[in-house]
Amino acid sequence: MSKKILIADDEPNIVAALEFLLQRSGYEVHVARNGDEALKLVEATHPDLVLLDVMMPQKSGYEVCMRIRERADWRHIKIIMLSAKGRDAEVSKGLSMGADIYVTKPFSTRELMDRIRDLLGQSTAGPA
Amino acid sequence: MLHETAIVLTAFVYLGVLFAIAYYADERADAGRSVIASPYIYSLSLAVYATAWTFYGSVGRAASDGVGFLPIYIGPTLMIALWWVVLRKILRISKQNRITSLADFIASRYGKSALLGGLVTVIAVIGILPYISLQLKAVSNSFTILVQYPEIVMPAKVGALSIRQDTALWVALILAAFTIAFGTRHLDAAEHHQGMVAAIAFESLVKLLAFLAVGVFVTFGIYDGFGDLFGRAAAQPKLRAMLTPLEGVAGGYANWVWLTILSMMAIMFLPRQFQVAVIENVDEKHINKAIWLFPLYMLAINVFVLPIAFGGLLRFPDGSVDADTFVLTLPMAEKREFLALLVFIGGLSAATGMVIVETIALSTMVCNDLVMPVLLRLRRLRLNERRDLTGLLLGIRRGAIVLILLLGYLYFKLAGEAYALVSIGLISFAAVAQFAPAILGGIFWKGGTRAGALSGLSAGFAVWLYTLLLPALARSGWLPIGLLDQGPFGIELLKPLQLFGLSGLDQISHAMIWSMIANIGAYVIGSLSASPSADEHRQASLFVDVFKQTGEAGGARFWRGTASAPDLYSLLARFLGTATADSAFREYSGAKGLDWPDARLIADAELVHYVEVQLAGAIGAASARVMVASVVKEEALTIDEVRDILDEASQVVVYSHKLEQKSRELEAATAELREANKRLTELDRLKDDFVSTVTHELRTPLTSIRAFTEILLDDPEVDTEQRKKFLGIITKEAERLTRLINQVLDLAKIESGKADWVESRVDMKEVISDTLAAMDQLFREKNIKIEARLPEKVSTVTVDLDRMIQVMLNLLSNAVKFCDSANGWIEVALSERDGGIRVDVRDNGRGISLEDHEAVFSKFHQVGDTLTDKPHGSGLGLHISRQIVEHFGGRMWVESTLGSGARFSFTLPTGAGA
Repeated sequence: MSKKILIADDEPNIVAALEFLLQRSGYEVHVARNGDEALKLVEATHPDLVLLDVMMPQKSGYEVCMRIRERADWRHIKIIMLSAKGRDAEVSKGLSMGADIYVTKPFSTRELMDRIRDLLGQSTAGPA
Repeated sequence: MLHETAIVLTAFVYLGVLFAIAYYADERADAGRSVIASPYIYSLSLAVYATAWTFYGSVGRAASDGVGFLPIYIGPTLMIALWWVVLRKILRISKQNRITSLADFIASRYGKSALLGGLVTVIAVIGILPYISLQLKAVSNSFTILVQYPEIVMPAKVGALSIRQDTALWVALILAAFTIAFGTRHLDAAEHHQGMVAAIAFESLVKLLAFLAVGVFVTFGIYDGFGDLFGRAAAQPKLRAMLTPLEGVAGGYANWVWLTILSMMAIMFLPRQFQVAVIENVDEKHINKAIWLFPLYMLAINVFVLPIAFGGLLRFPDGSVDADTFVLTLPMAEKREFLALLVFIGGLSAATGMVIVETIALSTMVCNDLVMPVLLRLRRLRLNERRDLTGLLLGIRRGAIVLILLLGYLYFKLAGEAYALVSIGLISFAAVAQFAPAILGGIFWKGGTRAGALSGLSAGFAVWLYTLLLPALARSGWLPIGLLDQGPFGIELLKPLQLFGLSGLDQISHAMIWSMIANIGAYVIGSLSASPSADEHRQASLFVDVFKQTGEAGGARFWRGTASAPDLYSLLARFLGTATADSAFREYSGAKGLDWPDARLIADAELVHYVEVQLAGAIGAASARVMVASVVKEEALTIDEVRDILDEASQVVVYSHKLEQKSRELEAATAELREANKRLTELDRLKDDFVSTVTHELRTPLTSIRAFTEILLDDPEVDTEQRKKFLGIITKEAERLTRLINQVLDLAKIESGKADWVESRVDMKEVISDTLAAMDQLFREKNIKIEARLPEKVSTVTVDLDRMIQVMLNLLSNAVKFCDSANGWIEVALSERDGGIRVDVRDNGRGISLEDHEAVFSKFHQVGDTLTDKPHGSGLGLHISRQIVEHFGGRMWVESTLGSGARFSFTLPTGAGA
């Protein structure tokens, strides 16, 4: 069964790029445009990993992250935080919220895909 | 009813009541619950000014001079106005320096000079003797008249009396006994006599009531009111003349002026007035009420003077009855026995009040300022050895009281018959007026010295003796009358009543002029010719600057020496008794946190000063000084050292003022700095926000660019459709990025003032048309209807052409973005008004809420965060547009309601540009 990944970002172009990348790698992709939608979709689709943008309308990425981590049955979900803000303070904040990895934009697509694979416990050879 | 026995009995009952009141008040004072701590009692006690002279003599004077009796009461009323300054200062000084009498005040001011104190005492005693005799005369005369009831016979016609029937002598002796009982039961450190004050307050009420009773009786009882009385008086030419103030008065203006001045001096410097107003005062604030209560009393007691005078003149037109006695004889003539008795008591009350207070005041002075200094100097060794001197002090005072009263009687016998009451009284007024230069000069002029005071007082007193006392004695036959008529040894120029040829004045004015010239002249010359001693300098400073000092420690600064506390204690005990000394020392040590006796109590300058002040309360400042000096090994401060101390003190004051100023300035500067810091922190935060936002905005498009570029690089298998799409995105995002960078740089340039503005005369109509044309394609694509309302011609504005295009592009592209997606409509209007042109851009989009009207112009603001569709702008466009418009002196704003589109407007001034 393919892994499910949720993209939460309000920038359409970035979403498009991520979507393409993930689908090309065989993941099942869902898209949320804001924080509330993101939480709803987590509830609905039970993703294995969430790509979470920090600057989003309604609920910020930090809050969504916190909410996800609050629930015991969602503890296993991997969270990668994406943000244009790259200061140390922001990074530590994200990680302390419970994100597994914090990636600054612009990112290297290859690196990002590698990280995703690692987190999902897959070898670099491709999806299961 | 009016038998001799009855009258005497009534008098004694009255005196008994007085004594009881005094006794009660004293008991309450000892228990610490004073009855006299009231401004009303204080004001009433001041009314001791009105003596038998007022009671009998005013009417007498009014009967001969009409309104001319008034100056004696106008004076005090005028003086009240000055009380706030003068009396308050004297009061403050006296409290601080524990002044116990008039002589003490003067002596203390001029370097604690015992000689000066003695001189003042002598002048006071001699000067007041006539006044005391006046009271004796009034009481004995009124008694004699009353006893003759129902006949009205004048005392002079009664004939010579044997010793046993000499009323005046009996009165003098009884009053002496009474006064001794009143005022010398014990020594009080501050010379307070609370019982006496209570008694004379009561007396003031009694005499006022009695006088008002007679007045009401005469005006409304005998006649039918003021109108009737004055009407009848006016009917007689002689009386009518008295109603006009100045014509009916002997000597006219000069007389009035001098009498007023005299009484102004009297209300302050009569020993009894000084006693009640200053020494007996318990609270400085009482002056506030007294300032209007006392004039009120004066008014009340004078209202019926003229009516009674006229009533008497009308009733006894042949002059057989002395006008001085009208107050008594009128009720007698109308057979009102009770009223007559009341009047007698009233007169008695007025007389006893004066005698008691005056004699107590004088005896204090005689004891403290005349006898004690002499005794201390003469038999110094003996007095030092004596353990308890309180008995001696009391004994001296009692003796003084008896002596003074007997002297008063003597004067009455020798000279009292020659004058009417008023004239006798005025002689005393003139005597105490001699104190005025020394006292007033002393509290306002630091340059007044002991030498000056001595010369002034001596000169003034000498002139007084010569021009007033001498004539009185001559007129009574004790000195050859030729003295008056031809001058001493026949020298005309030295005629006592016309010195140096000054004639045409009444006796009092004449005496006053010469004595004041001599007094003030000698005072000023004497003060200026010799330099003051260290003591004088210090005292002058303490007195004149009393309001600038804090607390009683003032005097302690000027002392240097060594002493021991036990020695000081025994000194105090010797004069005030062990009980008083104990409580004084306990109070002092208590303030220092120690107990008494305690070996740790240091005998420093402060303690010495404290002891000296306590002692001064009993024996006067001069003597206290001497006694303390004998106990303490003192080093005399030289005049230079005193001056140094004073200079230092004034420097400290100036310095502390400067410090105060500096610290205030510092506070202001600190507050400013704090403000500036706050602003800087705020700006810093804003800058951080700006930088972080710009960073974010730059990185976002970069992310897409990089992501898609990498995708395309990595994967050659991407199909054409998608490749095209991706490349399109890359391009667009690159454009977006470029736009943003440009705008940020633009903004930075504008805000830092480094932008290049190219100014030229621009026709906005052209700009708008050109911009609309350039965007035509876009409008068509989006199916947007454009309406342009442009006038024929508009004035040009001096602006930067490119920038204006930038602004129009910004506004129009915003309109395009936000107008209705289906039926887009945009209107552009150009108009000219009030010295400027105006441009409006309207769209039919969603509109902007009121809260956002200002926010849209802020940096990075993008309306509609709730949109899932992120707008393509950077959020800087409007902000920059507004900056541009404002740079050229215009304004930009928006008007909009949600749901009905928005209208962006800006103005630009024609003519002058930015």
